[in-house]
Amino acid sequence: MRAVLRWLRRHLVVLAGLATLAYLLLPNLVVLVFSFNKPNGRFNYEWQRFSTDAWSDPCGVADLCGSLGLSLQIAVWSTVGATVLGTMIAFALARYRFRARPAVNTLIFLPMAMPEVVMAASLATLFLNMGIRFGFWTILIAHVMFCLSFVVTAVKARVMSMDPRLEQAAQDLYASPAQTFLRVTLPIAAPGIAAGALLSFALSFDDFIITNFNAGSTVTFPMFVWGSAQRGTPVQINVIGTAMFLIAVLCVLGAQLLSGRRKRS
Amino acid sequence: MTTSTEAPPPAAPGDAPEDAPRARGRAARKRLVPYWLLLPGILWLVVFFAAPLVYQASTSVQTGSLEEGFKVTWHFATYWDALGEYWPQFLRSVGYAATATVLCLVLGYPLAYLIAFKAGRWRNLVMILVIAPFFTSFLIRTLAWKTILADGGPVVGVLNSLHVLDVTSWLGLTEGQRLLATPLAVVCGLTYNFLPFMVLPLYTSLERIDPRLHEAAGDLYARPVTTFRRVTFPLSMPGVVAGTLLTFIPAAGDYINAELLGSTDQKMIGNVIQSQFLRVLDYPTAAALSFILMAAILAMVTIYIRKSGTEDLV
Repeated sequence: MRAVLRWLRRHLVVLAGLATLAYLLLPNLVVLVFSFNKPNGRFNYEWQRFSTDAWSDPCGVADLCGSLGLSLQIAVWSTVGATVLGTMIAFALARYRFRARPAVNTLIFLPMAMPEVVMAASLATLFLNMGIRFGFWTILIAHVMFCLSFVVTAVKARVMSMDPRLEQAAQDLYASPAQTFLRVTLPIAAPGIAAGALLSFALSFDDFIITNFNAGSTVTFPMFVWGSAQRGTPVQINVIGTAMFLIAVLCVLGAQLLSGRRKRS
Repeated sequence: MTTSTEAPPPAAPGDAPEDAPRARGRAARKRLVPYWLLLPGILWLVVFFAAPLVYQASTSVQTGSLEEGFKVTWHFATYWDALGEYWPQFLRSVGYAATATVLCLVLGYPLAYLIAFKAGRWRNLVMILVIAPFFTSFLIRTLAWKTILADGGPVVGVLNSLHVLDVTSWLGLTEGQRLLATPLAVVCGLTYNFLPFMVLPLYTSLERIDPRLHEAAGDLYARPVTTFRRVTFPLSMPGVVAGTLLTFIPAAGDYINAELLGSTDQKMIGNVIQSQFLRVLDYPTAAALSFILMAAILAMVTIYIRKSGTEDLV
């Protein structure tokens, strides 16, 4: 008994950490299990019996796959927009001294320190009063706006930690400024840019609050899920949630294995 | 003719005479480079982030109706009416968000510590598992809590047989023998949703701590608890501050957890803004409420950053 207690005390931190991890992953497990459910009513909250119906027909619900496609499209374009604009700002902030720097830094920080509902309502007020029709473009504008700051933060950190002597060395070796940028600066900044782009994609794809205010009658995937929480949740939602989870985890694990093997060889 | 041993820099032919003004032009152009880089992105933020906030401030003092249109009449009474009617939702939002933030810190710290110091070769895997939930839409995951906390479910069953629910309902956290549609469910959902935003900054600042500092503390006869209190925790303060901000701010404005896991008695200020804007179409009230929310959060964040002495965070 005493040995057990001592073991528990020594591993208290590890056990608490694993418990938190379980808390984080439990809903994903529930989503997975309930993707094999065959509910009786319109809602998929209670376990009835095992079935693979939803997996064999993931698009079997009206508008579901359409909304998924729209969300992917918006996520891709807002990632491109935010990454290009954000990388340019990050380079300006990391490389140049200029008078407006503190103001720019504040403008970049504020969207991250603002509750989403405030940004959502104010942007929607603007669109409403300008008489702009809500839809694909208003969603895209909003997504680029809130992803921008995250890209700037990710890229700036990377460029700041870069050794400026590498670029000087390139110029000493008669590289033109364009060559230096393409062959030296960009490859070194690439991991920061990639991190910012990935973050933008995830943020945009999963955004609900800002989209809800600025979408009008356009339905993205999160809006579809929100609507179905009111009308009835099809099992297919769980199928798509689980599939996205598995694909992403496999991609990350694959990338890890690849980079591990490259490091060893 | 120069007699110095140092050769003059090789000048391009024809470059020498008018060199000075051209160099000045080049320098001026170079000084403009950062502004050209900033222009498109900053313009985007000014037009679609800053301007709407100003516009919203003006909307909040307008009166009128949808049919006749709204006009600025400096009608500040909207603020008093909004505060008078919705102060419970404001207080509730701050209370729920603060509770969720504390819970995130308590739950997230061991996990961040585990990844930083104890995971060893499992570090990458645990890290992936922390980020992995993000890959499933957070709305789907929040709906899963409806199943987990369901009335006839195992969680309610276990808590009931341990008489935990009696205690929590005595405290006013739950009602009767159920978890769904109670404050506890909403706080549980908020904690769950923003936990990774606490774990990641905590991990970043813990990872920077030199493990030899722990050994040194031990060599100086500090007990593990003392080492944590005097060495580890103070050094992780930047992560604690960043994590609490990243959790509290979005949690205070959230309306998804209150909508999906709560009842009408758990409505937060986000729910009110949402319904005023999208259902009631009372834009001045929605604008006033979100302006108050923004001002309150900015004030709290500023004081908090000052107090914790990490102003270089930004």
